[in-house]
Amino acid sequence: MAITTVAGTKREPGRPASPYPAGPRRRTSLGRKVRDNLTGHAFLIGAVICFGFFSWYPMIRGVVMSFQRTRRGVTTWVGWDNYDRIIADPSFWTAWKNTFYFTILALVLGYAVPFLVAILLNEFRHAKGYLRILVYLPVMLPPASALFLFKFYAYDPGDAGLFNSVLKALHLPTSQWMQSPEMTMPAMVIASTWMNMGGAVLIYLAALQNIPGELYEAAELDGAGIWRRIRHVTIPQTRLILVLLAMLQIVATMQFFIEPLILANGTGAEDSATSVAYLIYQHGFFQNDLNGAAALGVIMLVVLAGFSAVYVRLSSRQD
Amino acid sequence: MSVPKYRKAAASALVAGLGLSLVACSTKSDDAKTDAGGKVTITVDCQPVGAQKELLKNWNDDVVEFQRQNPNIVVKSVSVGEQCNNPPDFTARLAGGTVTDLFYGYMTDLQQVLDSGQAMDITEFANKDTVPTWDSVDPALKEVFTDGGKLYAVPVKNYSMGLVYNKVLFQRAGLDANNPPKTWGEVRAAAKKISALGNGIAGYSEYSAGNTGGWHFTSLLYSQGGQVLTADGKKADFNNAMGKQVLQNLKDMRYGDNSMGDRQLLQWADLLTNAGAGKVGMFVGAPDATQAIVSQFQGKFQDWAMAPLPGQDGAAKATLGGGEGYFFKKGLTPEQVKAGLKWIAYEKLTPGKGQFDYVRSKPQNYPVGLPQPLLFAGGSDAQKQELELRKANANVDTANFAIFEANPVPIKGEPRNAQAIYAVLDAAMSGVLTNPNANIDALLKTAEDKVNQLLAAEK
Repeated sequence: MAITTVAGTKREPGRPASPYPAGPRRRTSLGRKVRDNLTGHAFLIGAVICFGFFSWYPMIRGVVMSFQRTRRGVTTWVGWDNYDRIIADPSFWTAWKNTFYFTILALVLGYAVPFLVAILLNEFRHAKGYLRILVYLPVMLPPASALFLFKFYAYDPGDAGLFNSVLKALHLPTSQWMQSPEMTMPAMVIASTWMNMGGAVLIYLAALQNIPGELYEAAELDGAGIWRRIRHVTIPQTRLILVLLAMLQIVATMQFFIEPLILANGTGAEDSATSVAYLIYQHGFFQNDLNGAAALGVIMLVVLAGFSAVYVRLSSRQD
Repeated sequence: MSVPKYRKAAASALVAGLGLSLVACSTKSDDAKTDAGGKVTITVDCQPVGAQKELLKNWNDDVVEFQRQNPNIVVKSVSVGEQCNNPPDFTARLAGGTVTDLFYGYMTDLQQVLDSGQAMDITEFANKDTVPTWDSVDPALKEVFTDGGKLYAVPVKNYSMGLVYNKVLFQRAGLDANNPPKTWGEVRAAAKKISALGNGIAGYSEYSAGNTGGWHFTSLLYSQGGQVLTADGKKADFNNAMGKQVLQNLKDMRYGDNSMGDRQLLQWADLLTNAGAGKVGMFVGAPDATQAIVSQFQGKFQDWAMAPLPGQDGAAKATLGGGEGYFFKKGLTPEQVKAGLKWIAYEKLTPGKGQFDYVRSKPQNYPVGLPQPLLFAGGSDAQKQELELRKANANVDTANFAIFEANPVPIKGEPRNAQAIYAVLDAAMSGVLTNPNANIDALLKTAEDKVNQLLAAEK
C-alpha cells in the first residue's frame, strides 16, 4: 500500500519519508548533482563522443545496413534477405567451423601455455625481469611483422624453413605448414599464441604473486607435490583471473583475422583458413557486398554477445 | 581560483576544444570547383608513388605542362599506392565517397562503381572535341565501360595475356628460347626440364590467392575454349571438361612432376618476386609483367620473352583481355568533366605525350617497345603514330615479343562481377596446388555453387 506524503507524492511502505519538501528538493538536487558532477561529465564527454562516433554509430549503422541493399546508388530495405543469402553462402559454415576450431585450439594451447609459463617464471629465483621481458617481447612486435616472420622463416614449406629444418634434423617428416589444409589451423594458433601470450603471462604472474606463500608452505608440509600444489592451491587461488582471461580469449580469438590474411594470403588452401572475420572482409571488400558483410557482422556480434553474457554470469557468480 | 574552479575551467576548455575539433573535422572543405578567376579544379588519382621516382617526375612534369597549356585548369594529383586499384582500398574509397574527381579503376570494376552510385555518365562529353584521338580509341574498349548505352569511363590501358618465359632458364635447361611451348603439354614438358635445374627454380608458376588465382583460372579456361559464365551471364559455366582440364594440368605439374616449386598460395607480388630472382621459368601474364619484374622486382629485361597463351592441343582458343580506365565522380560540373577529359587525353591518349612520350621514357628504366597498351583500333591514325614512335624509341628487344605479336589469340573480356568470382575460384586453384589428393570435381562443384549464389544475390 502506498503512503501519501505531505507534498502529495507517494512512497512505498517501509521507505523513510524525506525530511525535505519533494518539489523544490528535486530541482535543487538535480541542479546540485549537475554542478557537483560537472567536471566528471565534462571529462567523460570526450570518451562518450569518441565511442559514439567510432563504436556505437558504426555498430548501429551496420545493423541498419544488414537489412538494406544498395544497387546503382539506390538503397532499399530488403528485410532478412542479406541474412538468408549470407547463411546460404557455402563458405558460411566453413568459416564458422574454422573459427570454432581456431578458438578451441587457441584455448587449449593459447590458454594453457601462458599459465604454465607464468608458473614456471614464478618459480625462478634469478633473472626474473630478464625472462619476463623475453616473454613479453613478441607482444611488442607489430603483429604483421611477427606473422611475416612465421610465414617466410618458420613455415617455409621447403627444407629451408625453420620448423622443417628442425624436423628434418630429428629425422621426422616435414610439413607443408600453411599449404596443408590440415596444418593450417594449428600453424596459425602456434603463431598467434607466440605473438600474444606475453600479456596473459604477465597477468597470470601478477595473480600468482598474490597467492599467500603460507598456502604453499602448508601444502608442502602436507606432502603435496608440484602438481597437487598447482591443482589445490594455484588454480583455486587464480580462478577468477582464469575465468576472466578464458572469456576474453574466446571473444578475441573468435575475431581472428590478421592470421589468415598474412599467413594464408586470405582463405588458405581450400578455404582452410577462412575465418568469419575474414569472410566479412571478403564480402565487404572483394565481393562488392557490404550489406552481406554487415549481416555477417551482426551474426558474429550476436554470437559474441552470447559468450559475453556467459562470462558476465560466471563472473558475477564468482563474486 | 580554488582548485575545483581550476578543474571546472579545465573541463570547460576541454569540452570547448573537443567541440571545436569535431566541428572542424565535420566541416567539409569547401574546395571550389571553379574559383573566382574562372579556373576549374580537378582531382586525379593514381599519381605514381615516391618510390617510382622517374614515373613520378614524368607525371608532375606533365601536370605542369598541361596547366601551362590550359591556364584555366588546375590538376590536383593524388597517389593511392603503387597498385592504383588494390580492391579493398578501392572499395573503401567508393563506399566512403572519397574517390577523386577522376578515379582509376579496372575494366572489371564497372558494376561495383555503378552500385556505389559514384559514377557519372560522360557520354555527351566524350568526343573529338575533348579527346582528339577519341575516334581512334578501340570501340571494344569503350564498350567495356558502357552500361545501358551510357559511357562511364575512358580506357587508358588494355592488355591480353600470354606465356611469359625466362630465356636464360630455357637455355640452361637445353630448351629453344625461340621456340616456346605452344600447348599445355609442351609447357608441362618444358617446366619439368627447367625445374630439374634445382636451386628452388619452378618450371611453371601460378597464382592461387588474393583473387589472382581466379583471374588466371579464367585465362587458362579461355585457352581451353571455355567461359566462366553462361552467355546470358546467369550461371557459372566452368564445372565441365574444360574447367577440369585446367586444374588437371596444374595438378599434374605440381604433384605429378613437382615442377611448380614448393611455395604456393602466391599472389601477384609473390610470383613476380620469384621471377625477378630468376626462380620462375614460365608463367601466364601480360606484357607489362616484364616491366614490373624489372622496375619493382630487380629483374632484367633481356632475360624475358613472351609467347601466345598455349592451348590444350594447339593454339589457345582465346585469351583473357583486361585493362584500366578513369571514371568520373558523380556531381562534377560539365566544366570539370571537360577539363578531366582534356587531362586524360593529354596524359593517356595522345601519341608522343604522357604515357606515350617514348622519347622521354627511352633512357629511363621503363620499357619502350612492349606490345601494349593497345588502346587504339588497328589501322587508326593514332595507332599508326603510336606504333611508329614505339618502334623508333624501343629500348627493349622487340624480338622478345615478336612471337606473341605475330600469333594473336582472340581476346575475351573478364566476366561480370569478376573480382567476386575470382575470389571464389582462388579456392579451386589453391586446392590443386596445395593438396596432392585434391578432388577436382569437388573443387569445381563447390566453386560453381558459390558463383551461382553470387549471381543469384545480384538480382
